[in-house]
Amino acid sequence: MNDKNIMESHMGTTAIKISARDVQVYYGDNHAIKDVSIDIEDKTVTAFIGPSGCGKSTFLRCLNRMNDTIDICKVTGSIRIDDEDIYDRRVDPVQLRAKVGMVFQKPNPFPKSIYDNVAYGPRIHGLAQNKADLDDIVERALRRGAIWNEVKDRLQSPGIGLSGGQQQRLCIARAVATEPEVLLMDEPCSALDPIATAQVEELIDELRQSFSVVIVTHSMQQAARVSQKTAFFHLGNMVEYGETGQIFTTPQDPRTESYITGRIG
Amino acid sequence: MSTTSLLVIAILILATLGYFLASKRAISTAGGDRRKLHSLPVYYGSNAAMFTAIPALGVLLIWLLAQPMLVERNVLSTIPDKLITEGSSIGLVMSDVRRVADGLEVVVSTGTLSQNETLKLDTEQTDIRALLAGVGAAVGSDVLPEMLEVAQNYRAQTKMGQLWMVLSIAPLALIGFALSVLAAKPTFRARNTVERGILALLVLAASLAILTTICIVFSMLFESINFFKLHPWTDFFFGGSWAPNFRGDSDLSILPLLWGTIYISIIALIVAVPVGLFAAIYLSEYAGPRVRAFAKPLLEILAGIPTIVYGLFALVTVGPALVRVFGRGEEGLLGVEWMSGATAVLTAGLVMGIMLIPFVSSLSDDIINAVPQSLRDGSLGLGATPSETIRQVVLPAALPGIVGAVLLAASRAIGETMIVVLGAGAIAKFSANPLEAMTTITTRIVSQLTGDTDFASPETLVAFALGLTLFVLTLGLNVIALYIVRKYREQYD
Repeated sequence: MNDKNIMESHMGTTAIKISARDVQVYYGDNHAIKDVSIDIEDKTVTAFIGPSGCGKSTFLRCLNRMNDTIDICKVTGSIRIDDEDIYDRRVDPVQLRAKVGMVFQKPNPFPKSIYDNVAYGPRIHGLAQNKADLDDIVERALRRGAIWNEVKDRLQSPGIGLSGGQQQRLCIARAVATEPEVLLMDEPCSALDPIATAQVEELIDELRQSFSVVIVTHSMQQAARVSQKTAFFHLGNMVEYGETGQIFTTPQDPRTESYITGRIG
Repeated sequence: MSTTSLLVIAILILATLGYFLASKRAISTAGGDRRKLHSLPVYYGSNAAMFTAIPALGVLLIWLLAQPMLVERNVLSTIPDKLITEGSSIGLVMSDVRRVADGLEVVVSTGTLSQNETLKLDTEQTDIRALLAGVGAAVGSDVLPEMLEVAQNYRAQTKMGQLWMVLSIAPLALIGFALSVLAAKPTFRARNTVERGILALLVLAASLAILTTICIVFSMLFESINFFKLHPWTDFFFGGSWAPNFRGDSDLSILPLLWGTIYISIIALIVAVPVGLFAAIYLSEYAGPRVRAFAKPLLEILAGIPTIVYGLFALVTVGPALVRVFGRGEEGLLGVEWMSGATAVLTAGLVMGIMLIPFVSSLSDDIINAVPQSLRDGSLGLGATPSETIRQVVLPAALPGIVGAVLLAASRAIGETMIVVLGAGAIAKFSANPLEAMTTITTRIVSQLTGDTDFASPETLVAFALGLTLFVLTLGLNVIALYIVRKYREQYD
């Protein structure tokens, strides 16, 4: 009991990184996200869980304005990162995405060498002064992506030639290389086998040291393993949000309980 | 009505009959319970129709192709030397024989004379030439007794062949009919048999396309060989001038023509590739659905314009416009006298480029769309702008396919005819000046084969050698292009 209080007070001191208020998302006539308000903490892994089509991926894509690339999508409400409204007219979505990195469901390495895949972001944003600097950035990113040892001898071979799990870690390294502050992960393990999944989960736990990580997942075990906070989405609403342990042991909302115990979803 | 068409109708009636009998028999052998049948009654019927008609019709087709050749060969050896006069050949005599024989058949069918009467015809008593002319069959000279004899021989052999044809094909159809109707029992797997038949049909269609290509190559090859017997191949491939002269002793070298072809094609590609590619990038990456729905069909209409219309455009619009800019001395826009006539390499190249724009853009558009959206998302998610994404991710991924599209466009440019006929001129020469008239391989093929042609002179036969070279060129380009495109497709599958 005492332990829990200490932990909670410790978590309470963590700064709020992303703060969303009354977010609505429409795909044409379809009201995909309804009234979602959430505070996502820095240096924390936050998991979004919920049945398919509940809007968790849609909401995730609002956080770096990837929904802008879909013509019929309309977002209202306010989403603030470091107290700056990211849907403000003055915010360049391109700059925003450099700050809020994203890892996708299916590993999507570019048809380039492993080195060029990782160097892609730093090159675009001019992060490296010279070649040696870039080499350094690439090595650091690959190390943080926990894949350096496997690829250090073949940096010039194509990224597509790696295995699925390696490809996904390469994509994480690629996202990390641009030094983002937030890392969004959209079901990063759904295309991977259990071993690769375990590697990626371990990696997510390490990334928490430096970033605020938001992960969408279908696997409740995964959410329980990697996250500190969990939000449960259902039919476009955010039903419940809280400490992961609390959500999985004593959910407040009957819908959350039904989902976790396997009655809906 | 001729024997052949009667036979075909009989086979088709038998096949229809087989269809109904077999499906009925299948149901009755199953005791009226369709569920006991292996296949639907339709399949039993189709199976019977198939086995009645297809073997019989197939043999009939082969017979019809083979019989005239065999008869002709038999008759050819019986033609006496007396008939082959000065300035004639055995081939001409043979065609006369055929004309007389066919004419006599017409005489019988119109009822002028009976079958027996035609067999007893005698050149002494009847003017056969007049008789044949009466039914619309013109024979070049008076029919000699020897000629009539050969023709009668030809008729007799043809008749005999037809008799044998009926005697062999009718039983074949009947056997197929009987076997397949008897086979219509519940245990018979009619569905599988019919589907194998359909498979055979598909294979036939596919091999026909390939066979046609092979036939085209061979027909060109034989004529080209004839050409190289009359004209040294070294001059054709390595000579420096093109000056056909119908009195003989011509310079027939492909190099000046090849130069014109390649020069014009390069100008066309310089126009078509950037414009087409940029249009494709705009349409596939930037244009909204409404613009796309409007612009894409519009571009494809361009691809549907007949090339002769582009040729007219070159002749009446682009050529004179270029002359206004680069020619006419003091009156021209630039005040220079570089271009004298409307037909020039630049005219043809520009218009051909316009023709190729929709070709390049439509192919590139498909290829760019085939690049997975996940790659674009990945790049945009790293903070790249759409333009950076296209330049650094989409285009490199699509590059092999785009190269393939450009090569396909190049092979179309090389084979294009009507635009260059009207736009490029007719002078074969080596020149780097795009404002001069030049000519291409295709236009020379047209001019060598139009008008009075004698298929024994190198000046005419050279067209086939040119055509064959062109074919090899474009075929090579297409093969390379398809190889590249296919290799690229595997990347994402």
